[in-house]
Amino acid sequence: MKISYYPGCTLKTKAKNLEEAAVASMAALGIEFEELSRWNCCGAVHSLADDDLIHHVAPVRDLVRAMEQGSDTVVTLCSMCYNTLARANMLMRQDETKRKTINDFMSEEKDYHGEVEVLHFLTFLRDQVGFDALRAKVKTPLNGLKVATYYGCTLVRPRDVSIEPTGDRQLMKSFLEALGATPVDFPDATLCCGSYQILSNPEAALDVVSGILGSAVSAGADALILSCPLCEYNLAKKQEHLLESNKIAKKIPVFYFTQLLAVALGLGGEACRFDLNEKSAVEFLKAKNVPVAASV
Amino acid sequence: MPIEISEKTVKRDFIEKISKLSGQDVYKCYQCGTCGGACPMSDHMDAVPRKIMRMAQFGMEEAVTGSKTFWTCASCHSCSVNCPRGIDLARVMEAIRLLTLRKNLNMVEVSGLPAETVEELPQIALVSCFRKLTS
Ligand code: SF4
Ligand code: SF4
Repeated sequence: MKISYYPGCTLKTKAKNLEEAAVASMAALGIEFEELSRWNCCGAVHSLADDDLIHHVAPVRDLVRAMEQGSDTVVTLCSMCYNTLARANMLMRQDETKRKTINDFMSEEKDYHGEVEVLHFLTFLRDQVGFDALRAKVKTPLNGLKVATYYGCTLVRPRDVSIEPTGDRQLMKSFLEALGATPVDFPDATLCCGSYQILSNPEAALDVVSGILGSAVSAGADALILSCPLCEYNLAKKQEHLLESNKIAKKIPVFYFTQLLAVALGLGGEACRFDLNEKSAVEFLKAKNVPVAASV
Repeated sequence: MPIEISEKTVKRDFIEKISKLSGQDVYKCYQCGTCGGACPMSDHMDAVPRKIMRMAQFGMEEAVTGSKTFWTCASCHSCSVNCPRGIDLARVMEAIRLLTLRKNLNMVEVSGLPAETVEELPQIALVSCFRKLTS
């Protein structure tokens, strides 16, 4: 059976470093995904009100596209897309009345009943590739790299779409171990980064961000990985400002998990688009002798 | 300050609207405060989530909708996964938000955002913020 890949809006613009590193890694691992030929924004968040069905139409339409493509699985890289698609899928599987209303509303589409499985790429790596097989493919082990595993919210909450039992924090740990790095669990690993409140209440969001960064540094990490472009904006792009305003004592390099995957697979950093990361993050990799692209 | 709670002050239709929109029974809350402890935004809330639940139980519509708590909520579901009574508080927050947004009020004025901010932010930040905080 085929597997579809759903990129989502941000991966085609601000987060090319999340996507391109992943696509190159998939090729290196011999994974064949077919990008959905016609996809739309998933809506980024799941609607929580019982009468608000219209906002489920967007993610369900993406799932219909995957079904049409003959896929039984759709894989995503962005945590927010994963959460939104997985929850819409669950709704279509479990709530008969709402399913009927949504299907009736999309009368031009085939009826959807949750035929497609929604997976995050990390889950796919664990279950379909396997971390032992991944370890065997590593060409540039990330020895001596102490990396904090930041999950944020949408990979682990709510429980029924969590990529592993909530609170386990094993998946990113095993992933990093397979790459030869040293995973660092830290108390704030699943604390929210403030999410969209960075726009509406930046002060509150930045307070949480400072706490998370401080917590990772205190735990002994010298870098941090994540899988969400909104988390990346808050935790990486805002660091300079936080340092200037004395809200954090030092910066910590932030990477998408796919970027560390690609360098470990020996892709030499060419595919990683490190130019979209913070300069200090790139300096850090160079200092650790991790290959980055010559142009960066 | 004493608060009068009587048949006259309890807005039953408000309680009903919340439970209808959220699918949650606010009376299940036994005021343990676990939600606020788990909430990353609670330091910036004028009323902790527990207090919102209590006020909702008493149908204190004005006090609930007048607070900034649900505008400060980031929909992170920490409260929901930790509530020992199994209340999905993120849904209660959404219900309260919608009761206001559906009066055609916006918490974020899209047209007032600086162009640099819009340029700089990842799309998912804009989409999620507009979804949660505009009508
Ligand atoms: S955690 Fe649940 S029961 Fe405890 S105060 Fe919050 S809503 Fe009420
Ligand atoms: S969902 Fe909202 S109220 Fe609940 S913990 Fe997160 S920010 Fe706090």
